[in-house]
Amino acid sequence: MSYFSDIYSGIKTLLTGMRVTGGHFVRIRSENITQLYPDNRDTLQMFERFRGEVVMPHDENNEHRCTGCQSCEIACPNGSIEIIWDRQVDPATGKKKKMIDKHIYHLSMCTMCGLCINACPTDAIVWAQNFENAVYDRSALTKVLNQPGSKLKAGIEE
Amino acid sequence: MEQLTNNKIKTEEYFINMGPQHPAAHGVLRLLLTIDGEIIKNVDPDLGYIHRSIEKMCERDSYQQIVHLTDRMDYLSSHINNGAVCLAVEKALELEVTDRVKVIRTIFDELTRLASHLLWWGVMGMDLGALTTYFYAFRDREMINDIFEETCGARLTMNYYVPGGLMFDLHPNFVNRVKKFLVDIKEHLPEYDRLLTGNVIFQKRTKGIGLLSKEDAISYGVTGPVARGSGVHCDVRKTHPYHAYDRVDFEEALFTEGDTFARYKVRIKEMWESISIVEQLIDNIPEGDIKVPTKAVIKLPKGEFYQRVETARGELGVYINSTGTKNPYRLKFRSPGFSNLSVLNHISKGGKIADLVAIMASFDFVIPDIDR
Repeated sequence: MSYFSDIYSGIKTLLTGMRVTGGHFVRIRSENITQLYPDNRDTLQMFERFRGEVVMPHDENNEHRCTGCQSCEIACPNGSIEIIWDRQVDPATGKKKKMIDKHIYHLSMCTMCGLCINACPTDAIVWAQNFENAVYDRSALTKVLNQPGSKLKAGIEE
Repeated sequence: MEQLTNNKIKTEEYFINMGPQHPAAHGVLRLLLTIDGEIIKNVDPDLGYIHRSIEKMCERDSYQQIVHLTDRMDYLSSHINNGAVCLAVEKALELEVTDRVKVIRTIFDELTRLASHLLWWGVMGMDLGALTTYFYAFRDREMINDIFEETCGARLTMNYYVPGGLMFDLHPNFVNRVKKFLVDIKEHLPEYDRLLTGNVIFQKRTKGIGLLSKEDAISYGVTGPVARGSGVHCDVRKTHPYHAYDRVDFEEALFTEGDTFARYKVRIKEMWESISIVEQLIDNIPEGDIKVPTKAVIKLPKGEFYQRVETARGELGVYINSTGTKNPYRLKFRSPGFSNLSVLNHISKGGKIADLVAIMASFDFVIPDIDR
């Protein structure tokens, strides 16, 4: 007798489960869950806080906000950021001032912890939202964040 | 030939490797199985395939930098791991964070627990041959990931808590998004019961399998949902409340059967409890600062500090031995997965290989948490 009741309960639970999946099969057009990712690249909008990679924004005069204080370099847990700096004469004041030569960022080592951006006193570096970082050569992931010929925006102090 | 005709088949024990690359092992865990036919005689876990010496790296890092390494231990409960280190540092500094921070941390911890249990539910079904569960669980987990991504910017390795508070404030959409999620998940959880819990095949493969008695659970140092499935009262949120757990009303999920199905029921019940905790807190997040100012270089006073929290897998302990410098002299994580793994041999002896898969699924191992 338990043989037949086993078959009955087996089929019953099977149908209960299939009713759930069947219900979704019918409703799938109205509630779409997945995205067609490479096709929707143009319309895909990431969240504004998404941690894609560290970038240094420049304004229209090719000026950035980095004073070369090295707070980000100290805050970074694994040495993803290296700053090469020098003391140069500031043309506005005529005094010697710390200037960055290169702000080097190793994306290949970055853990996206966000401590550098938290540590930056002048908001010189921010998160970018791009996430397609695959390259053929690893050296392409070592980036210089300040653009060639750029200089510090006037009026920004440490 | 003679043996076969006499109906006396000579069997002998032999070894097989389960892992380090095995679809049912959820990571690089190598199990050396001694088996006789299909009966398991001995299970010998071999660790070290994903050892990254996180504890040693912590000795090099400052206290703010340690937090991001804990994301990479138990990656499914990264917020809770971050909280453990932050709480230990705050305890050492005798720093009292604001109410707002406490409540936000509690909400994030519970959402993390929910996300972790959702993934476990999907994977448990998949291990036992029900692929459908995986897609349903990931549908719901995706909503939590979106909540995290909008506020923290990350989906897995969050690094949102800092010693003294939070990295940045909640996103304006946060409350609405969580409320919408709560409505959805409360519709979807009963669906899970219909799909898997009531299924006869699932019940036959889990009921009475991998029995763990209460005494053994205590003596092996098992914590978390595994111990609570054997009736051990061990929820750190209840026994030693941290964050804002002392002001919310929730029930500790306890079942006494001690088998795989009991552990399954514990986690399903914990999901409901997590939903109820988030519901209690989401409407009254107090105003206030999100960070108590700390020095740029945190130096802990000389001494030893210990803080424990309840992750999705059990009790995580953080032990800091400080000599008064900006780095810890020694930092030790007592991870839940390592202690839970120690009981695996004891409870899977005498069972079949397929039972071992069910037991491992119910233990919900995260291998980087075991190895560190």
